[in-house]
Amino acid sequence: MQISLYRYNPETDSEPYMQNIDLDIPDGQDLMVLDVLHLLKEKDAGISFRRSCREGVCGSDGVNMNGANGLACITPLSSIVKKNKLVLRPLPGLPVIRDLIVDMEPFYQQYEKIEPYLINDTPAPTLERLQTIEDREKLDGLYECILCACCSTACPSFWWNPDKFVGPSGLIQAYRFLIDSRDTATEDRLANLDDPFSVFRCRGIMNCVTVCPKGLNPTRAIGNIRDMLLKRAI
Amino acid sequence: MVTIVTNLGKNGVSDWLLQRLSAVVLAAYTVFIIGYLLLNPGLTYVQWSGLFDLTWVRIFSLLSLLSLGAHAWVGLWTVSTDYIKPTGLRLLFQSVVVTALFVYVVWGIQILWGV
Repeated sequence: MQISLYRYNPETDSEPYMQNIDLDIPDGQDLMVLDVLHLLKEKDAGISFRRSCREGVCGSDGVNMNGANGLACITPLSSIVKKNKLVLRPLPGLPVIRDLIVDMEPFYQQYEKIEPYLINDTPAPTLERLQTIEDREKLDGLYECILCACCSTACPSFWWNPDKFVGPSGLIQAYRFLIDSRDTATEDRLANLDDPFSVFRCRGIMNCVTVCPKGLNPTRAIGNIRDMLLKRAI
Repeated sequence: MVTIVTNLGKNGVSDWLLQRLSAVVLAAYTVFIIGYLLLNPGLTYVQWSGLFDLTWVRIFSLLSLLSLGAHAWVGLWTVSTDYIKPTGLRLLFQSVVVTALFVYVVWGIQILWGV
């Protein structure tokens, strides 16, 4: 298989370049892209990428494979490789530290902005704050986000304004706390989102939905936040 | 919260709502004008001028003109904040757009009530 790999080492390279590597893929197996990265690293130990759990839980190995973002560890070659060619690039829109490793700081800053934790100003109960089954079900499809950044870095609105637009990942998390029956900061949370950028820069192109490796729907969550903002304003 | 002063509305919701409402008005006006032209083949100047003598047509036209101004302001402001990164250039673009829209609205009013 022909691999085209994004290479950049700031210590030795003046600019990034694409390295072409021919790799023998064992017959009769459908490897994951992460396995391919390991085979490449056996050839050249300098090739750098992030990985940890290798089963789609930790969200470390988000990369751009043949133009689509995804987790290398749960993406089989058969699902993305065409004409025996695989192009591997870092997640777009974030500064590259080295090879496939990007600086996630702009992404985390947006996550921090939405205050991703329960805020409740009522006295704490002795044991725990209980939820009804119905209220708990409202968090399904939201809490599963693993912060891999595949969605936000597939979003042109995030590419153009990473400092102002919260991005699909941050917004699905924002809605997760807005809709949580145990959270009492709904009004403050909405007030913090009501500007022309944080939520409203979403143009609904749904790249986030297409690439989310957990099958989540940030566009729907953003629509729900917009509805909440609208109800609050009218 | 991102603080912005050059957008039309006072916050994200108002811009979003203005964009949608103005789109509905513009769609209705487009259907009205195209429908009128289709239903009146061989239109004469007297007929056309008579249409715009009607007060409700003038009000509808003015509403559409204002909607066009609002719609274009919100839309082009968004485009400028996406694609024009140098602040000076962005401000210049936004100033040119707003001035042009203001001219069009005043000019449009003059045409509507001047004939």
